[in-house]
Amino acid sequence: MPVNLEVTTAGTRENRLGSITGYSGDLKDLVEQSRCGTLEDRERCFSQSSTCLSGCALGQLSGIRDIAIINHAPSGCTVTAAGVEVLNTQLATKIGVVNHTVFVGTDMNERDTVFGATNGLREIVLETYLRYQPKAIFIGTSCVTGIIGEDVDSVVEELKEEIPVPIASVHCEGFKSRIWATGFDASDHAVLTSIVKPPEKKNNIINFKNFFESARDEITEIFANFGVEPLFLYQNSTVEQLSHISESLATVCICGTLGTYLGNGLEEKYGVPYIRTINPMGVTGFETWLREIGKVIGKSDEVEAYIKQEREIYLPKIEAVKKELKGIKAVLGMGPGYTFEVSRVLQELDMEVIWAAAWHYDKKYDNDKVPPALDYLVENSPNNIKISIADQQNYEVLNILNTYKPDIYFSRHPGTTVWAIKQGISALYVADEYMIFGYRGTLNFAHSVLDTIKNRSFEKNLAKRVKLPYTDWWYQQENSTFLKGGAK
Amino acid sequence: MAKILDQPRYKCAMAAMQTVQSIPRALPILHSGPGCAEKLGGSTGSSGYFSPHIFPCTNISEKEVIFGGENRLSETIENALKVVDADLYVVLTGCTSEIVGDDVGEVVGEFKDSDKPVIFASTPGFKGNNYIGHDWVLNAIVDQYIKPTDKRTKGLVNIWAGIPMHDPFWLGNLRGLEKLVEELGLIPNTIFGHGRGLDNINKIPEAQFNLLVSPWIGLESVKNMEKKFGTPYLHYPTLPIGAFETTKFLRAVGEFGGVDKELVEQVVVKNEEEYYYYIERYADVFLETRVMAKRFVVVSDSQYSLAFTKFLVNDLGLNPSKQYIIDDAPEEYRESIKGYFKDLNYGIEAEVGFSSDGREIHEEIKNTDFFGYPLILGSSWEKKLARDTKAHYLSISWPIIERLVINGSYVGYHGGLKLLEDIYSVVLTRFN
Repeated sequence: MPVNLEVTTAGTRENRLGSITGYSGDLKDLVEQSRCGTLEDRERCFSQSSTCLSGCALGQLSGIRDIAIINHAPSGCTVTAAGVEVLNTQLATKIGVVNHTVFVGTDMNERDTVFGATNGLREIVLETYLRYQPKAIFIGTSCVTGIIGEDVDSVVEELKEEIPVPIASVHCEGFKSRIWATGFDASDHAVLTSIVKPPEKKNNIINFKNFFESARDEITEIFANFGVEPLFLYQNSTVEQLSHISESLATVCICGTLGTYLGNGLEEKYGVPYIRTINPMGVTGFETWLREIGKVIGKSDEVEAYIKQEREIYLPKIEAVKKELKGIKAVLGMGPGYTFEVSRVLQELDMEVIWAAAWHYDKKYDNDKVPPALDYLVENSPNNIKISIADQQNYEVLNILNTYKPDIYFSRHPGTTVWAIKQGISALYVADEYMIFGYRGTLNFAHSVLDTIKNRSFEKNLAKRVKLPYTDWWYQQENSTFLKGGAK
Repeated sequence: MAKILDQPRYKCAMAAMQTVQSIPRALPILHSGPGCAEKLGGSTGSSGYFSPHIFPCTNISEKEVIFGGENRLSETIENALKVVDADLYVVLTGCTSEIVGDDVGEVVGEFKDSDKPVIFASTPGFKGNNYIGHDWVLNAIVDQYIKPTDKRTKGLVNIWAGIPMHDPFWLGNLRGLEKLVEELGLIPNTIFGHGRGLDNINKIPEAQFNLLVSPWIGLESVKNMEKKFGTPYLHYPTLPIGAFETTKFLRAVGEFGGVDKELVEQVVVKNEEEYYYYIERYADVFLETRVMAKRFVVVSDSQYSLAFTKFLVNDLGLNPSKQYIIDDAPEEYRESIKGYFKDLNYGIEAEVGFSSDGREIHEEIKNTDFFGYPLILGSSWEKKLARDTKAHYLSISWPIIERLVINGSYVGYHGGLKLLEDIYSVVLTRFN
């Protein structure tokens, strides 16, 4: 379904992409069912707390350097504000700029839930504008505003008359979608509909969607070889820069889950090519991705020369460490933008992926195709990996770890790593989106894996002394016990 | 003007899930949106036997908003009892389930015959913040779980202080208070943290009295316990930091608890002698620091704004500028809180501002003359302010992001020394 920029909300991934959070099976079955359209979500009759899409929506936007976010919500929803402030300051300082963005809340109370609070919201938006003179204003909604039917869109329309900067609502009511990546789409939708202007001229910039831009210098240097510049989105970007992203040469993204809405939206509306390959993790991923960029921007020769030069430096080192990683059994639990990409890298490093858990699954992206990482895996995986889709359901992951007892567990979400360790399994937190980026990242990652399993003191010490929070009964069940419907 | 939450310093009532989590083997079950626990639990040290992602949650979706979520809650509780190994299950409601109107009491009632106790507290975020939600959870435990008893254990004291986890020093402080009470020959009883739990909760009604060390948080529940169990309470507003305040605290507790006065004085003398052994050795630092003015400001909750003001004035001899309280203390308590700030040595009084508008607070501080380098005690929000005002800055309350606190404590004689270490470790980073 094409991206619809004529409405105020991006819609949910469940509705737009047929995305799911409940599944247990294997790689071949998942891809086959995705292709023939039989894949259906399986609800759970027991679930643990997961994640709110508003965090993804407002978290993405709050990295922009000169905006105001107003979270129309009770105080609990706005707790992320302090983290935003500290992160923004640290990341801006790192590159020598200042981030002026503010994140405020309307602290909705019981009276507001009865009488509505659009007047208060109006006042707070105006006050925020007076205080900080942001270059754009985003109003984030919440469960409460969604249920009581606050007409935030009308407030936005009225305020457009009074405030001379772009202003948009960001529809991120927590109950709307179990898939927090829907929040990424909500932020992209707000940027596309309120800030991005039609192109006036082309430039030599590649839009680079990512999270925390830790490989900023490295990527800038790589792209310089091809005479192009990256513009990192959204962290540390400005409203002025964002208004011109329709003029860029292409859009790339470090994570397919993160990039699908903006990438496809820019391509559909403004003809900016969205480069959809497997991600630049591991050697195959990096080279495939870079070659596609070369093709799109007409710099294939330069790309080949770069690849040749870097291969000579890194491939011997990567081959050497691979010998020590051979046969290591791995389980991983990540968002789908990473689960299937990292699975490929682990296999490339001669490890064996025995279970891959993804926190949701997009059976297609906004271009109506199965995510490239899945296509690649189904063609190339030496084994039919067991797969579960679960919105961070910790009890399922621990059940799987208990059953399969891998050598190592790979996590990517805060607070999830320790649980593998408590069960006595080594774990490595693939925290940064660039942790396995390119040749250097792949080499670093391979050594981090090796170092993790070589010294298991920390997890041995801890596992010996703690009790796990699940009953023996649970460990005797199948991981999919609480999934409703389906064949199993 | 509508209330703007600029620089949030409190969470919503459902963050009282941390009060539940801090009772060993007590498990929150959330009837809420999917991300509430992650957001509200997002600080260091929030994992443990359980962690926010372990909490069973109905993860309310559009379906429950439209059709109601009672069935979903019922199956969640039923399966939580099978899957998660806890001793007390506390159902907490979020905004959505409350507005939709689910009858949570009735659903929880279905489990009154289960092997493990299941209780509930109504904690929607729009009804109040986490400073209040904490008390609602304690009340739920008092009303639905604890059984009244005629048994009394002489000397047994239930101690209540800062709210678990949100207060970065909550557990260190609680252990510090236990030690002080123990030195008086009393038997401290607390329910939070390692080695405590349901056994301690069961003992609550046997106590000789409740000791509430807090300006206002927790008052509702100690009053409730007085009504339900006939337990008298000592409401001691100031968290004691340093010799001056700790000595006062020991005397007050000793008197209320009927402790032999001579014993109290022995404890005081022993501790003060040790405390002043250190102060004597390090007084040079406090007297001869060129880069420290005599004025300070605290931007924190009622507990810390009061406790640090008392210490810095009555112990260290500094002078307060206007102090700020950011916990949205209910109107009914504000006059008495202001009164505590007027009770300082040498007739010194501190003006108090109550506000949830951090920008407004910062503007006022920027326009305050500290007659030298200010000392600012606050949260992560004050870091930038400190840079703008060339202040010494120590983060002591939530949000506290760039500092790791494991079991640190500012309570008591040792706590005073620890606070001096922390403040002067900042001061000493400047040319003196």
